[in-house]
Amino acid sequence: MSIATRPQLSHLRALESEAIHVMREVAAEFERPVLLFSGGKDSIVLLRLAEKAFRPAPFPFPLMHVDTGHNFPEVIEYRDRRVRELGERLIVASVQESIDSGRAVEETGPRASRNRLQTVTLLDAIAEHGFDAAFGGARRDEERARAKERIMSFRDDFGQWDPKNQRPELWNLYNGRINKGEHVRVFPLSNWTELDVWEYIDSEQLEVPSIYFAHEREVFRRDGMLYAMSPFTELIDGEEVFTDTVRYRTVGDMSCTGGVVSKAQTLEQVVLEIAATTITERGETRADDRVSEAAMEDRKKAGYF
Amino acid sequence: MTLDLLRFTTAGSVDDGKSTLIGRLLYDSKQVFEDQLAHVAQASERRGGEGTLDLALLTDGLRAEREQGITIDVAYRYFATAKRRFIIADCPGHQQYTRNMVTGASTADVSVVLLDARRGVLEQSKRHAFISALLGIPDMVVAVNKMDLVEYSQERFEELRAEFEGYSEKLKGVQRITYIPMSALNGDNVVSRSAEMPWYDGPVLLDHLEQVEVAYDHPGEKPARFPVQWVIRPAAGETDYRGYSGQLASGALRRGEEITVLPGGLRSRIAAIDTFDGELEEATAPMSLTLRLEDELDISRGELICHPEETPSVSRELSADVCWMTPDLLRPGSRYLLKHTSRTVTAVIDSLEDQLDTHTLERIGAPTELGLNDIGRMRLRTSAPLAFDPYSSNRRTGSFILIDESSNATVGAGMIAQDA
Ligand SMILES: Nc1nc2c(ncn2[C@@H]2O[C@H](COP(=O)(O)OP(=O)(O)O)[C@@H](O)[C@H]2O)c(=O)[nH]1
Repeated sequence: MSIATRPQLSHLRALESEAIHVMREVAAEFERPVLLFSGGKDSIVLLRLAEKAFRPAPFPFPLMHVDTGHNFPEVIEYRDRRVRELGERLIVASVQESIDSGRAVEETGPRASRNRLQTVTLLDAIAEHGFDAAFGGARRDEERARAKERIMSFRDDFGQWDPKNQRPELWNLYNGRINKGEHVRVFPLSNWTELDVWEYIDSEQLEVPSIYFAHEREVFRRDGMLYAMSPFTELIDGEEVFTDTVRYRTVGDMSCTGGVVSKAQTLEQVVLEIAATTITERGETRADDRVSEAAMEDRKKAGYF
Repeated sequence: MTLDLLRFTTAGSVDDGKSTLIGRLLYDSKQVFEDQLAHVAQASERRGGEGTLDLALLTDGLRAEREQGITIDVAYRYFATAKRRFIIADCPGHQQYTRNMVTGASTADVSVVLLDARRGVLEQSKRHAFISALLGIPDMVVAVNKMDLVEYSQERFEELRAEFEGYSEKLKGVQRITYIPMSALNGDNVVSRSAEMPWYDGPVLLDHLEQVEVAYDHPGEKPARFPVQWVIRPAAGETDYRGYSGQLASGALRRGEEITVLPGGLRSRIAAIDTFDGELEEATAPMSLTLRLEDELDISRGELICHPEETPSVSRELSADVCWMTPDLLRPGSRYLLKHTSRTVTAVIDSLEDQLDTHTLERIGAPTELGLNDIGRMRLRTSAPLAFDPYSSNRRTGSFILIDESSNATVGAGMIAQDA
């Protein structure tokens, strides 16, 4: 065979190919996978990868959103539109319902968040539907505990992650064997960075919720971060509400996701801004990770995303 | 032209400075964010007193590791320069973590073996070099660290190089070894050239990593191997589309080419190479794609598509080096599930041929069993035929994992031998 020069794969195409491979392995080896879709940028990329892996057929799994009830309305609107466009099935697992049924207890006070409660709703929904594999959009560059997590990560029958006893993950050979009641979380974007995600969204020209672009919003400052005013906000004495031009780097619960001051109005501008940023995504925008040195590790062990 | 994604693995003895080196690479290539740095500065001062900045803390992972101050699992790190994106598999060095080293090495293109210039070539560095070679990593960097503690002495560097060269003669499969004297602590020869070692005229570490060629740079040199992962068939009645999806493990495929499907041996031609972004004339590894064939064959997951004139071995018997990853002993007669490409079969260990002494690199004769972290050659028999290549010529079609059916644990990592 000749060794003519061939088109080379860019790193984005190499990461894409790896992720598609992971998705097809899961579809082939599990009976009831589900893809967790929040309307955030990482899960938007997951949906595109699923199209690349399975079209022209429908996805061999439904989508599921764990809805805290405190979402940005723009994101919910985007979520529903995107699901309709794709013609796929969306399951909404509601944190409010978990609270109403007494499965989860609402935190109180001005710093209350429904972030932790999502774990209850997520695990209940996985059990109710009998899901044995759940795709998530988490990346290893996000956080120190995630840096060690496998692409296919085992969860015991309590949904727990045991970081000290992970299955070795060799080559691209994933061991998907589990017993009934156990499941795996699968992270096809493990090797992607935040910049890769935005470059990919740009190169694929994917639509994202409007809150990822700079917009005017009523905000207040707390712990050095800018939070959106929402019907769920309880201000602490001395906090003032003002209007600023912000955008979001992550979309989570309105109560614990901070915005960043930004002028980026287009995908290219967002890519430039991310390439030049000096602060990590979670450090800048997520109150939930600031709680302690090991906040994420503890939540993950309990079954969090 | 080189692929702009490079995976490399690091390992060394505890305290050789591996964490400091990675911290230095991230820091000097400006990949450390302010909040991470603030965090590290805080933690450094808590431990080392005011004004200290311990870059090793940048790669700090899980709580157990922070408490014990050691790396106990593979952690993955990411950084980029204008030339390349890098993925580091950061592995622990102790013997008891050989399996983690094997894991980190399994996907790496380059391995960076650390030596402490004062302590010389220790067992753990040798083990890492050996495992890198066994796992088929063609390019090795020997980072002679802590040169500041030996007065940046060229003589000491040459001495260590000579010692390592003596050892490395026995490392099969390594195509190139680059020796770099450095001080991770001070940043000499990691990202920028050292003023302290004018006698060194080789590349600094980052330059080397930016320029080294990786296996996928010449995908056309290898025979095409396409394991079928998944068959795409939209609901019956809607269309008669039938596509075979997978990731091209090696080589290239073109539309119109004749192919054969193993292990069965059916033949057809490639009618189309589909991707979501449209049809391709030609595809190269490591792309994920979907093939349509001219004939209606009944092909399923686990079969392998290749060119009829370049077929791999097809057999139910094979011989392989296996790294054992669990405390339960491996003995002849045991049965496991074997996953090879997209095919899972049952395998029986027929016999244990020898065991590798990772210190002397000698093969020692017929052991009765293998324990955790042991590596040995064995003969296996499978419940159905596999289409495979020797690991030394193809890492994707030459590797497999063994799974214990009762615990579902991944218990072994196998590399198929040349004379399989
Ligand atoms: N003098 C000197 N000390 C170093 C160098 N690299 C690392 N160290 C120190 O060696 C010790 C062990 O380093 P660390 O990176 O934690 O080693 P690891 O166990 O291999 O990850 C620490 O005290 C480092 O500050 C170096 O190039 N020169």
